Amino acid sequence: MLAPVLAAALVGACSSAPDGTTVTVYAAASLTEVFTGLGADFQAANPGARVSFNFGGSSALAQQIGQGAPADVFASASPATMEQVAAEVDRPVTFARNRLEIAVPGGNPAGVTGLADFGRAEARIALCAERVPCGAAAGEVFRAAGITPRPDTLEQDVKAVLTKVRLGEVDAALVYRTDVRAAGGEVEGIGFAEAERAVNDYPIAPLKRASPRGRQFVDFVVSQAGRAALTAAGFDVP
Amino acid sequence: MIRDRPLVLVLPALAGLAFLVVPLLGLLVRAPWAELPARLFSAEVGNALRLSLVCASLATALCLVLGVPLAWLLARGDVPGRGLLRALVTVPLVLPPVVGGVALLLVLGRRGLVGQHLEAWFGVSLPFTTAGVVVAEAFVAMPFLVIAVEGALRAADPRYEEAAATLGASRWLTFRRVTLPSVAPGVVAGAVLCWARALGEFGATITFAGNFPGETTTMPLAVYLALETDPDAAIVLSLVLLLVSVGVLAGLRDRWVGGAG
Repeated sequence: MLAPVLAAALVGACSSAPDGTTVTVYAAASLTEVFTGLGADFQAANPGARVSFNFGGSSALAQQIGQGAPADVFASASPATMEQVAAEVDRPVTFARNRLEIAVPGGNPAGVTGLADFGRAEARIALCAERVPCGAAAGEVFRAAGITPRPDTLEQDVKAVLTKVRLGEVDAALVYRTDVRAAGGEVEGIGFAEAERAVNDYPIAPLKRASPRGRQFVDFVVSQAGRAALTAAGFDVP
Repeated sequence: MIRDRPLVLVLPALAGLAFLVVPLLGLLVRAPWAELPARLFSAEVGNALRLSLVCASLATALCLVLGVPLAWLLARGDVPGRGLLRALVTVPLVLPPVVGGVALLLVLGRRGLVGQHLEAWFGVSLPFTTAGVVVAEAFVAMPFLVIAVEGALRAADPRYEEAAATLGASRWLTFRRVTLPSVAPGVVAGAVLCWARALGEFGATITFAGNFPGETTTMPLAVYLALETDPDAAIVLSLVLLLVSVGVLAGLRDRWVGGAG
């Protein structure tokens, strides 16, 4: 007797009802703060609309969308990860750009000064895994600088890297400039020239099966209000 | 026959069986059999498998050294608040492993409550090391061992220990020569369960020990990572883990599976 009720409850809880009022946005981890704010603004501007987010490594999100995850909108941190789901989405547009920065714990206990410190054996280093956009960008940066990094861990998304810096578990990491800013005083950022060589384009696209609300959210992100929020968070806006 | 087994029980039972078995069949169906040998002996699989086996074994050893005495304390120790102690021991059993990883990071991390002293006094730092993997696995797996051994101890007849004591044996001698041999099957079963749990550990490991090939990327981490870029590799890695798990089950069959059959 209980089983059908339970099953119905589970199905109800797990699927986002395609009633056109809830927009499910899959977004790169580096967009966590700015998109959370934009989601609230969108809901305020569109009474009755609800935005729910799934933030994570772009490659993991792309894989989930490829497997049929119920997303309306995908915002990734690189064109390559958007390309993975090309069959699922409508005309991606670049809505932001981001660049890497060295992140060190507050007070910079290991005295990190630049990219060269990433090759030191005794320094604790966290990087994004190569297949996540921040890891791909880091790879380009190190190739451009001619440095072989010696990471101690390769994390699944940029926020996981940032957490290791925040906790002081690593001496240095490469994250986006916007992440350093979002972390406030706990993390110090150090800029470097090679960051220019690996600027990430962030594409956003509605999924082909997205509700009209989903397309509306994409329009909102590329609108004047969206651009202002992205700029305030430290993104470059095209 | 049918009257003995009412449909209202048989149908959900069959559904339950299918629910448990079909996903495993799915792995077998989707496996890239043609390229299986080549993939099986790739450096990636080899590294992850070796690391997994070594770490799970070390974690089990650590659990035996700490867990058997703990089980003895719970079963025989006459300590006040034993119910509370037992509850505390089982917390990691029900705790989401990721939470365990976060907790370990906050205590044993470089700036953790204990970790900062380890770093300052001994230069030891556990996160992002193979030792960190062992610690994470042991944290998650030890309750399995403790509960199995404690159950065996409580089922064992304490009169043999009392007899040994009246014959003048010390408690330590009694523990080694009387208690431990009498619960040996329980210890073995607990150790196997503990090892299997350690082998499959994911959440605490990736949170506390991070991910670096050859250092901390165990099989479950490799499966998860491969799924994003190379699903076939994920299936091969999963098959290997499945095989090992079935092997463990076969080893335990007298105790659990074959028991009634």
